[in-house]
Amino acid sequence: MTAMMQQTSPATAASSIVMDCKLDKIFYGDFMAVRDSHVPIEKNKITGFIGPSGCGKSTVLRSLNRMNDLVVGFRFDGHVHFLGQDVYGKGVDPVVVRRYIGMVFQQPNPFSMSIFDNVAFGLRLNRYKGDVGDRVKHALQGAALWDEVKDKLKVSGLALSGGQQQRLCIARAIATEPEVLLMDEPCSALDPIATRRVEELMVELKKDYTIALVTHNMHQATRVADTTAFFSVDISQGTRTGYLVEMGPTDQIFNSPREKLTNDYISGNFS
Amino acid sequence: MTDLSSSLSAVPSLQRKFETRALRSILLTTITWVSAMLASVPLFSVLYMLITRGGARLSMEVFTELPPAGFEMGGGFGNALVGTFVMVGIAALIAIPVGILAAIFLAELGPQSKLANSARFAAKTLTGLPSILAGVFAYAMVVLTTGSYSAPAGGIALAVLMLPIVVLTAEEAMKMVPKIMKDAAHGMGCTNSQVIWHVVLPTAMPAILTGVMLAVARAAGETAPLLFTALFSNYWIYDGGHINAMSPTASLAVLIYNFSGMPFDNQLELAWAASLVLVLIVLVVNIVSRLVGKTKI
Repeated sequence: MTAMMQQTSPATAASSIVMDCKLDKIFYGDFMAVRDSHVPIEKNKITGFIGPSGCGKSTVLRSLNRMNDLVVGFRFDGHVHFLGQDVYGKGVDPVVVRRYIGMVFQQPNPFSMSIFDNVAFGLRLNRYKGDVGDRVKHALQGAALWDEVKDKLKVSGLALSGGQQQRLCIARAIATEPEVLLMDEPCSALDPIATRRVEELMVELKKDYTIALVTHNMHQATRVADTTAFFSVDISQGTRTGYLVEMGPTDQIFNSPREKLTNDYISGNFS
Repeated sequence: MTDLSSSLSAVPSLQRKFETRALRSILLTTITWVSAMLASVPLFSVLYMLITRGGARLSMEVFTELPPAGFEMGGGFGNALVGTFVMVGIAALIAIPVGILAAIFLAELGPQSKLANSARFAAKTLTGLPSILAGVFAYAMVVLTTGSYSAPAGGIALAVLMLPIVVLTAEEAMKMVPKIMKDAAHGMGCTNSQVIWHVVLPTAMPAILTGVMLAVARAAGETAPLLFTALFSNYWIYDGGHINAMSPTASLAVLIYNFSGMPFDNQLELAWAASLVLVLIVLVVNIVSRLVGKTKI
């Protein structure tokens, strides 16, 4: 499996697209949640997903590492090419996909174990042969949490503040060095100061990782995202189906959007 | 700034008044307090009774000696104590692994499947099963097929009683594990079994152990299922260098049942002392389960 993952096709090697996600249709049972959205994700960039509630941006994000497979009734049409391989291809193990495409959730969700064990969790899972302590330290430094917790690594991860918990979850996600980090509104449960720290961290992390970020907060998108994808809801068929309206460099999306819908949304004019 | 009181036609009194609703409130508080007291009366009065009547007879020799016959003086219930531990141990060895594994299926692997629904229904029904029927079941399954009353038969009867308690409490405990924690594990690339083994079970473990301890405590105090399965014995289960696994085995509960009906003071005293010991065992197990339930990382 590892060998297959490392094999890259010439097309993707030439461009900087790490994940080419063509989401034709996403269903939950009979309900079509997302349609016709093509979202390429560039290497070492932060791609922001914005849009009103129910526009399917979280669904899109969770489709990228097959987290939605856990939802009963989930169906997917299209493809998600990750380094030249379709994540939804035949014989692909979603468990392996998730090791290369990590995830940080809306609610900080540390395990009820010590700070050290939380970060070491993924390493032990993968039977990491090297020095676990080193990697844990490195990951905590990467998540800008090391200085705050270095003297209490044996304390429960749940004893930290909300912002620290979220950085712990980021440390846990990067400890196994995935290619891509999917972040689903990682700051929505945090206060402004903690939010700023996590935002600074994201900008720092993109040197080593590729990040896809769902956010409710348009200011956050302008602050950290290199590319922004704007999603909206189509209610014309009597149900609420999300779709991609437009995608482009963040500057362009916020300063000279091509679509009227985008312009309405970013100027706070949504009906 | 005008004075507030002058703007009101009459200043209301803020003193406590004993009007109807206040009295009703006091009455309700009193009734709940009395009910709470009543609920704790049985345990404490039983404990008081056992300590006053059985405490005097407690000594080293009751734990080490065999039950006395008819007019014999002295003696103890060492073999019954060992028998209780052996049979509860056998029951725990069967019911705990099977119960927890079944609960994993019910809570995690196939919560909505037909098998899960029927297993859940069976477990709930089984908790209300009169314990003597568990004895009848083990009598038919083990005693009749092996041809003798024995400790394994008693253990199986007790396991039947423990199993539903373990299954239901373990399932509840696992369902309490927050979904976001399972998401986190899936998001890191855990297989289903790794999520269960590394996240769900450790997180639910204190609550599972509480259920296990309650089941153990219940089994330790049961008499009826043992009457049909282990019967009683006046001898050690371990005798003359070999274990009498397939012969009748003594237990504290059955010893109390037997001795309390005898016309001899010595046996009556021993029955009281054995009751005290049994209640203390149950009490200790319960206290341990509370401590275990509290431990949190």
